[in-house]
Amino acid sequence: MVALIRTSVARKYAMALSGFFLLFFLLQHLTINFTSILSAETFNFLSHFMGTNPFVQYALQPVLAFGVFFHIAMGIVLELQNRAARDLNYSYSNPAASSTWMSRNMIITGIAVLLFLGLHFYDFWFPELKLKFIDGVWNIEDRYFSELQHKFADPIRTALYVLSFGFLALHLLHGFQSAFQSVGFRNNKYTPTVKLLANIYGVAVPLGFIVVALYHYFGSLTH
Amino acid sequence: MNLTLKIWRQQDANSKGAMHTYEVSDISEHMSFLEMLDVLNEGLVAKGESPVAFDHDCREGICGMCSLYINGEPHGPDRAITTCQLHMRKFKDGETIHIEPWRAKAFPVIKDLTVDRSSFDRIIQAGGYVSVNTSGNTQDANAIPIPKADADNAFDAATCIGCGACVAACKNASAMLFVSAKVSQLALLPQGQVERKDRVMNMVDQMDKEGFGNCTNTGACSIECPKEISLDNIARMNREFLIASVLPE
Amino acid sequence: MTKLDSKIPEGPIADKWTKHKNDINVVNPANKRSIDVIVVGSGLAGGSASASLAEMGYNVKTFCFQDSPRRAHSIAAQGGINAAKNYQNDGDSTYRLFYDTVKGGDYRAREANVYRLAEVSANIIDQCVAQGVPFAREYGGLLDNRSFGGVLVSRTFYAKGQTGQQLLLGAYSAMARKINTGKIKMYNRHEMLDLVIVDGKARGIIARNLVTGKIERHAAHAVVLATGGYGNVFFLSTNAMGSNVTAAWRAHRKGAFFSNPCYTQIHPTCIPRSGDYQSKLTLMSESLRNDGRIWVPKEKEDAIAIQENRMNAIDLPEEKRDYYLERRYPAFGNLVPRDVASRAAKERCDAGFGVNETGEAVYLDFATAIMRYGQEKANILHLENPSDAKIRELGEGVVEAKYGNLFQMYEKITDDNPYKMPMKIYPAVHYTMGGLWVDYNLMTSIPGCYAAGEANFSDHGANRLGASALMQGLADGYFVLPYTIGDFLADDIRTGPISTESAEFDQAEKDVRERLDSLINNKGSKSVDHFHKRLGKVMWDKVGMARNEKGLKEAIEEIRQIRDEFYEDVFVPGSQNEFNQELAKATRVADFLELGELFAKDALERTESCGGHFREESQTPEGEALRDDENFAFSSNWEWTGDPRNSVMHKEELTFNDIELKQRSYK
Repeated sequence: MVALIRTSVARKYAMALSGFFLLFFLLQHLTINFTSILSAETFNFLSHFMGTNPFVQYALQPVLAFGVFFHIAMGIVLELQNRAARDLNYSYSNPAASSTWMSRNMIITGIAVLLFLGLHFYDFWFPELKLKFIDGVWNIEDRYFSELQHKFADPIRTALYVLSFGFLALHLLHGFQSAFQSVGFRNNKYTPTVKLLANIYGVAVPLGFIVVALYHYFGSLTH
Repeated sequence: MNLTLKIWRQQDANSKGAMHTYEVSDISEHMSFLEMLDVLNEGLVAKGESPVAFDHDCREGICGMCSLYINGEPHGPDRAITTCQLHMRKFKDGETIHIEPWRAKAFPVIKDLTVDRSSFDRIIQAGGYVSVNTSGNTQDANAIPIPKADADNAFDAATCIGCGACVAACKNASAMLFVSAKVSQLALLPQGQVERKDRVMNMVDQMDKEGFGNCTNTGACSIECPKEISLDNIARMNREFLIASVLPE
Repeated sequence: MTKLDSKIPEGPIADKWTKHKNDINVVNPANKRSIDVIVVGSGLAGGSASASLAEMGYNVKTFCFQDSPRRAHSIAAQGGINAAKNYQNDGDSTYRLFYDTVKGGDYRAREANVYRLAEVSANIIDQCVAQGVPFAREYGGLLDNRSFGGVLVSRTFYAKGQTGQQLLLGAYSAMARKINTGKIKMYNRHEMLDLVIVDGKARGIIARNLVTGKIERHAAHAVVLATGGYGNVFFLSTNAMGSNVTAAWRAHRKGAFFSNPCYTQIHPTCIPRSGDYQSKLTLMSESLRNDGRIWVPKEKEDAIAIQENRMNAIDLPEEKRDYYLERRYPAFGNLVPRDVASRAAKERCDAGFGVNETGEAVYLDFATAIMRYGQEKANILHLENPSDAKIRELGEGVVEAKYGNLFQMYEKITDDNPYKMPMKIYPAVHYTMGGLWVDYNLMTSIPGCYAAGEANFSDHGANRLGASALMQGLADGYFVLPYTIGDFLADDIRTGPISTESAEFDQAEKDVRERLDSLINNKGSKSVDHFHKRLGKVMWDKVGMARNEKGLKEAIEEIRQIRDEFYEDVFVPGSQNEFNQELAKATRVADFLELGELFAKDALERTESCGGHFREESQTPEGEALRDDENFAFSSNWEWTGDPRNSVMHKEELTFNDIELKQRSYK
């Protein structure tokens, strides 16, 4: 493993593979979130299952944590190496002529998402851990939906979430197709489709999260 | 045309450099960019000043010697050409033009706009060849038919002139396009199969040792490449690398 | 005359090379390890020689002035490389290639050398394919060929318009492999400034590190010069800016004979000069003449109107155009050899029919070809009564598929759309057939000093056919020199390393330092380019395509004058001990100023017209070149005696046993 990430190409593979994993995770997360719009019961059921199932808790969750940590750490390592590869910067540069803003600023959008992750953990994950592992409360099955509504009643939090999903979209718009390129998947036949999927995914997934957040915020206004 | 030039001047590798401003006048729009610099230098020499050092040789876009980061882009604002093929009609009268050397740790400045690209040579030396002696007693050239598509793709990759614009354009100063072009050329041809695995491993290894950055797939390299080398080559090299590292000997 | 022994082996021409290889001395592999060879130049000849010598076991030091051996000007060759493979089954053979090359060279090349070139040509293709050179292929996967001017078979192998690049990268990769193992030590950005002779043998060079300015001594048992041609003596040429004669000229000054300096090839299809600032000329592949028609206006007033931008080429009706090549040479038309096409263009422009502001351009028109191809395409598509516009559109598509990259290059440089407006072209200096005299072993008249590729004189006579230069460079480097050099080095197996601490090295280094000092300390008022441009103008006007006695004599005087002024008034900024491009240029131009005079002197003495060299006093009643085999079937080999004015000429008679001499005719 160490030998594998010794070279730059291998590091990119590692970055891409962890990226694929996170792409899959996001889709799963969105699916469950979206049920909160459709049915509070389904949402509670699924959330409770994910929150209490031992396999999810003790097998998938650590893998996810590692994936997230690895992707972030590797992203930072790559960025530092990349900066070192050009010790003196151009005094005048016109990078927009040849590349997209998203592709050049993955570290910025990435850090924005990382900051959001901090907020998100503060909002949901830490209370969740406290409740389960410190207070030892495991059996309330219908709390999830009300907690969600409660959190998104705050307009500032909702605005921060919406903004963060915007950054996530920018990160995904490059990251999705870039991951395919990094693992060497590129050909005349399928690459246009991959790029199309990338654009759909990169817009639809963050938009889905935004819809969920706004739904609950506006929902709180009518209560 | 009258122009203001902002040019990087640096006496040698160990000195500190800075941007200097020069004015040139009566520039014809039919001049090539390098001829415009010739005019500037002729004027500097006439004034007893040191002319701006820049690399150039064939002046027809094939030797790969000329470089220059012009107005924020390698080889200037036009596409699919080298600096020597860039003409002044691409600029406007009164314009300010910024001219800098390629900037990368692996391309140290020698003087002014001239950089040392021997890191590229060392990458080729690490494996960018087919190990066949020049006896002339190899098999007949037509002994192995090569599908035209493969031969054409290999040729397209092989048209790389090793100028370094890909590195200069890349925000990470990555040399992936250069390295992958040579890996692709030989991976596509039957003659390159014997050393296929070692080649990609050794060349990538040398690329990293030289201090080039990592590829983040911005695609700037290919767009700025005077020979329009495709990103397909980078993807192919990534596959070659995977095969070489994962499959057993 | 007795000074020159060409060492041509006895026996029938087809057996000479094999016999010679069997007869010459060979160095055994163990001894090769203790022998050093210096190769100057890293183009097709130098690169392939370096790689081959290193593979055989010699310790090689290779020098190039560029920042990488991959940038040598061989890279710019576009069209292709000849080889007698007969893959197209059109009756090609070693003899036919040999015959075409000798005839194309206007019977001024050495027969035995050319035969050997033809003999090894097939191996070059095998070798290059084995190295991974991506030649063009047909759909069946086999190699494709095309035909080139002046021959009747298809024997040219190519890689689109970048054959030179692909071949050079092949040789470069072969070198890279040996640099990696340490058998070649590569010196980039180094320029050879003198040859060092010890006990009558070439034993090293003095080189300047162009980055630091350091003067370095390098010793070896033999020195190979593969430093290309000297076309830049004309200032404007299709050569690279750095191409120069210095290495060859310094060897000449140390005793190597310089042969046929006046043999220059002028290529007919280059993009014309646009102004005085012009630094170099760009070649458009000769293949364009397959479909383009060359013309100028019939009437002078139309030409003047076009020159003054009052009229457009496309507005001139058909009957007012003069397709002068088709008119003068109905049999070959636009496909006459390079020298004939070039001369005819110059003749029309000199008569005042040129078609751009400078009056030095003729049209190369694709309109007919576009309509012809368009009509063919319309037939294939079964279009009924297609409009002219439709036919033109289809035709442009066909022409784009054939020449798209060339048309694009033309448009980038000139800003003219060649699909709509005829291209403008004019001849330009392209290749120099003359060079250092070498014997059959490629050794110059200095023992241990070899010359390969364009730097020597041996294979192209007075005119080079298309696609022959790449063949010669690689033949010399891969297959000739590595064998023949052993004949000399066999005596050196006990010599041991050559020391750089000798009186000869001291003297050579001192000379170089003095030369550089005098240039730096001159503190004159004019730039190096000022003198180079003046030299180029004299060379082009009086020693160029057409020459006469009066002009040549004037040229000799004018060149002397420019040379004197150069040493009085040149200004070279900066110092010796730095990266100083002006100083590098100054050393090169200084040598061009001497060569230029010898060039003119050689042209003066050769009162016949042959190959690219047209002597106005020697022409047929129709104004065609008239060769004089009676008096000039020899190569002129010049010996340096201290000043070009006093150089002494030694003749090597050319005897043709296997080919009958004929006057070339393309009527």
